[in-house]
Amino acid sequence: MNFEAIKSIYFFEMARMRRTLLQSVISPVITTSLYFIVFGTAIGSRIQTIEGVPYGSFITPGLIMLTLLTQCVANGSIGIYFPKFTGTIYEILSAPVAMTEILIGYVGAAASKGLIIGLIILGTASFFVDIRIAHPFMMALFLVLTAVTFSLFGFIIGIWAKNFEQLNIVPMLVVPPLTFLGGSFYSIDMLPPFWQAVSHLNPVLYLVSGFRWSFYEIADVNPVISLVMIGVFLAVCLAVLGWMFRTGYRLRS
Amino acid sequence: MPPIISVQQLTKTYGNGFEALKGIDLDIERGEILALLGPNGAGKTTLISVICGIVNPSGGKVLVGGHDVVKDFRQTRSLIGLVPQELTTDQFETVWNTVTFSRGVYGKKPNPALIEKILRELSLWKKKDNMLRELSGGMKRRVLIAKALSHEPEILFLDEPTAGVDVSLRRDMWEVVKRLREQGVTIILTTHYIEEAEEIADRVGVINGGQLLLLQEKTGLMKQFGRKQMRLELTERLEEIPPGLAPFSLSLGEDGMSLTHEYSHEESQDSIASLLSALSAAGIHFKDLSTRQSSLEDIFVALVEDKA
Repeated sequence: MNFEAIKSIYFFEMARMRRTLLQSVISPVITTSLYFIVFGTAIGSRIQTIEGVPYGSFITPGLIMLTLLTQCVANGSIGIYFPKFTGTIYEILSAPVAMTEILIGYVGAAASKGLIIGLIILGTASFFVDIRIAHPFMMALFLVLTAVTFSLFGFIIGIWAKNFEQLNIVPMLVVPPLTFLGGSFYSIDMLPPFWQAVSHLNPVLYLVSGFRWSFYEIADVNPVISLVMIGVFLAVCLAVLGWMFRTGYRLRS
Repeated sequence: MPPIISVQQLTKTYGNGFEALKGIDLDIERGEILALLGPNGAGKTTLISVICGIVNPSGGKVLVGGHDVVKDFRQTRSLIGLVPQELTTDQFETVWNTVTFSRGVYGKKPNPALIEKILRELSLWKKKDNMLRELSGGMKRRVLIAKALSHEPEILFLDEPTAGVDVSLRRDMWEVVKRLREQGVTIILTTHYIEEAEEIADRVGVINGGQLLLLQEKTGLMKQFGRKQMRLELTERLEEIPPGLAPFSLSLGEDGMSLTHEYSHEESQDSIASLLSALSAAGIHFKDLSTRQSSLEDIFVALVEDKA
């Protein structure tokens, strides 16, 4: 293992986050605060509790997931796409590092950033609403697994993307609808049976549901199924990356 | 001693079907300076990219320090420093950080004293805290060289190092190259500037169309392909070359005031002596004499055009 290289890539990426503090930390925090003000306080005050949880508290796990997914996909993809775009990737490709080490450096940094922002939002939320965490260990597990999985997913997009449009398509056009329709702002029990069934095809539902369960012990699907689904998605991402690295797809071809 | 780099039957076909390398065989000796010449698109950069591990080969193999570049990439890549052709830099990084990063990704423990030494040698020390986007093109080129040297490589690739570079940087760069060579570093450079190859290389390889057309000691190459010319400025106008001088390859200048004699290195020196005595016998006198030797550039152009 080339630990020096992993360390170098990781801290290089984290330094980029420090430089772009405004964009990478402040902006998601402001956006989330706006959600709390609009949905939690203004509209939420007219909505009664959902399964015994006040609406503002109910949406908190979903909002954290929304930001975590978007941030991890964005960070994971830009981290590897940018060197590809500027050409500086030559150095990483000609260095004595294995692709797995490159992956650990980039994905580790992307997931760390996502986690930091997720925790900041959790902190921010506690100013607006009451937060109770029933299963802190499970909460941390869901958070870390989701951050890693979606950073890997972002890394795949970053390798695949040939231009900025392709790079942005998934984080802008795919992640938000899935999150909004994945029960971030409501319990899918509120939906008609047909849409309930459709929602079960949405992977984000399992994340939000499991994550919310770790807070309030209420869930749309069994938390064990949620964990299994994250595991499946993680395995799929790793398999795709394994194939990409073996063939040198769009990096060494 | 075995060659430090051994390229065997190397081929590379890109995804779009372009055949960049068509079976290259090349051995590079430890400690030599090898210049690779070739027109744009000849395959020079692809060859370097395969040796450095950036691009996977399609066929054949490459050994660096006796190790396979695909299987034992850690050993081979640790030996190599690469200065790419394009000025690719992380615009928002400082000089110090980007050079330190390079050392790190090559798996070497931090060594600020060494980085300082490299930056000083390349006249970058004063700029160490500047962001890369604030630097001129020539300064960025120096940074790329510093990055390549940061992990103390035994082999240095310079891909078109002097493209768009001013005189002072070029001089500094050759100073660095000479110093590295004294330390035993093997240097491979590609260039369009043939004078450079002529000046600093030990051997010259000519690549075109994905094939190595020629690989030779520079001096031998000059001898084999180099033509010599001797030009005589005459004191009196000459209408035509006297028949007695026919055995010599002579041509008369348009104004009749000069004679040019072409010969190769192989032709013995007494051909000139006998020409001169034949001239004086014919009553032809000259006021000045100059000789010219064909440069690598002439050789290169002749080779490339010949095979094209």
